[in-house]
Amino acid sequence: MTVTEVKPDTTRKIPEHPKSLLLRMDRMPHIWCSRCGIGITVGCFASAMEKTGLSPDDITVTSGIGCTGRVAGYVKADSFHTTHGRAIPFTVGLALTRPDLKHVVFSGDGDLISIGGNHFIHAARRNQNMLVICVNNFTYAMTGGQLAPTTPVTARATTAPYGSFERPFSLPTLAISAGASYVARWTSLHIRRITDSMTEALQRRGFRFIEIIAPCSTIYARRNKLGTGLDLMKYYYENSVIDHNASVDDLDIGFQSKIVVGKFVDKDRPSYGKSMHEHFRKVLGNKYQPPVSGKMEIDKSWSGCTESQDTTVTDEVQS
Amino acid sequence: MVQADPVGVLTGTHYLDGDHAAAEGACSAGCRFFAGYPITPSTEVAERVALRFPLIGGTFIQMEDELASIAAVLGGSWGGLKSMTVTSGPGFSLMMENIGLGVMMEVPCVVINVQRGGPSTGLPTLPAQADMMQARWGSHGDYELIALSPNSPQECFDLTIESFNLSEQWRVPVLVMMDECIGHMTERVVIPEAGEIELVERRYTNLNPDDYLPYKPCEDLVPEMAPIGYGYRFHTTGLTHDERGYPSMNAETQQRCVGRLLDKINLNRDEIIHVDKHYLDDADIVVVSYGISSRVAIPAVEKARREGIKVGELRLVTVWPFPEKLIRELAGNVKAFIMPEINHGQVVLELERCAGGRAETRLVKHAGGWVHDPETIYEAIREAAK
Repeated sequence: MTVTEVKPDTTRKIPEHPKSLLLRMDRMPHIWCSRCGIGITVGCFASAMEKTGLSPDDITVTSGIGCTGRVAGYVKADSFHTTHGRAIPFTVGLALTRPDLKHVVFSGDGDLISIGGNHFIHAARRNQNMLVICVNNFTYAMTGGQLAPTTPVTARATTAPYGSFERPFSLPTLAISAGASYVARWTSLHIRRITDSMTEALQRRGFRFIEIIAPCSTIYARRNKLGTGLDLMKYYYENSVIDHNASVDDLDIGFQSKIVVGKFVDKDRPSYGKSMHEHFRKVLGNKYQPPVSGKMEIDKSWSGCTESQDTTVTDEVQS
Repeated sequence: MVQADPVGVLTGTHYLDGDHAAAEGACSAGCRFFAGYPITPSTEVAERVALRFPLIGGTFIQMEDELASIAAVLGGSWGGLKSMTVTSGPGFSLMMENIGLGVMMEVPCVVINVQRGGPSTGLPTLPAQADMMQARWGSHGDYELIALSPNSPQECFDLTIESFNLSEQWRVPVLVMMDECIGHMTERVVIPEAGEIELVERRYTNLNPDDYLPYKPCEDLVPEMAPIGYGYRFHTTGLTHDERGYPSMNAETQQRCVGRLLDKINLNRDEIIHVDKHYLDDADIVVVSYGISSRVAIPAVEKARREGIKVGELRLVTVWPFPEKLIRELAGNVKAFIMPEINHGQVVLELERCAGGRAETRLVKHAGGWVHDPETIYEAIREAAK
């Protein structure tokens, strides 16, 4: 038998990844399983960034812990991979000190809604300036498929081996009732709609929430005998109903049930920073000193190499 | 070093309690972001900051809990403002995980703990010094940070400023370990002119984004920070990371990453540590103390001195890192160390370790709820002198 040596074709040019401007190509390949929905949402986010014309230097991306919690590590912007559940309060600090930037939290359902649930409702209540993107795969995937506060009733998890009997949270309902300015839900195959929602939400202010129902191919789909991740992705898409005016009663998700998707809230409500500014200006008059921003402090103390941008007063503190 | 911004400096002679003085220290140090959650006996710090910040360009937010407070402080510091939170025992417990994140990401920030009796809800309105070991070991994993212990309202002001300076210089969370007694004690506090307050500014890199590695240390083992939104597009994580800030899960990176975080503080101890010495030159016995206990010890030492006992005082302004070298030096020359603490023996363990059996170590313990009677310290001095 003769063994033919296979030589790599060095003449073949590997095309640049179309989203390489926003991705850390030096960290590829990523850790996500094939047919997982997270990569799609990151792709949509990169498309949305292109559509808005924002530069990666106009945003920060913060994640907590978990599979979606790794997004911050792959996005080529100033990015923060924080502790479990604390991406939102961490971003409160970023948003209040750098109101000139757009702040994005990219994390999973367990991270944002279970361990971080308290922060989620309070950031929505205060209308903190951030876009929160939650990839909801109904499980704790990175730790091996445990019960989440989103796991549908009867779905199996390693810590619910006989199926779940807990009522799950409907995330848009939670966001709406807590006062979010923008609330949308899509499934991971609604690629154009996710991109449109992200584009729109990136240009709004206040607390914006987008939930993306995505398959966990390796853990949730397999344990629940739901086929491959791609099968599940198609199932969610085909069983979704677009209803922008849906009542919150219709937003619950059962095991393999229909999923009501759409843009449920898009309203203008003053953000925390803006409310603070307007309130103090009214009650303190001339004694009030508008908050200094981190950018002002940086420009003052830093003799860095890049051209310093204009220190413009942000719309947070404009009349 | 730069001078303080006069906007935040309430120059003059005041009559303030320690909590309010610490708040003024933060204002003078240029702290302009505060996130906190009410808890006795630290709440007055937050209250004063809430009152002052709108007048000096600061942002105050009362968060939903202590977990959120410390997370927001880390975010605020990355955002470019000097940031602080304040709490007491139960809240300090809740902050532990993210203090570790602050150590790992190397985030300059200040956490004030106005200590009360514990464990659990304990004595909310009464003093203790029982979180000293928690300050050192409370977050998981190996780490080093800096903890200071003021013993007067004046020092609550001074050491809060010092804490901001240390945190910026060493890129580490700095803890101000007050106690209820100091926090609620009202005394004269002199706030100097802004021009007399020297501040350490953040060290931002001057490298181009292409040449910049967020966790490549300088000579003092501290890496330079990059401002966000200026093209650096850096990544930072609580995971073990390499010089690029990228996660790297292996024993070599763990050794390099954590090893440097420890060395950064340990190898610079001489520069970081501040102690006060009194009567040490001829001392046979040394009372080692910190915080309110160091003031309670003064009459005991004076009384013993009057009786001819050669007793000196060593006051730990910096408790962590511990002045190991100094204690080892002293241990060869003195007969005994005496340590009053409002706990059942915490920092004394470190003292005993450093004394290494070459000098006797005596703990004067107090369960908390009040400070020592100076007589108990005096008695311990006398016993040791026998």
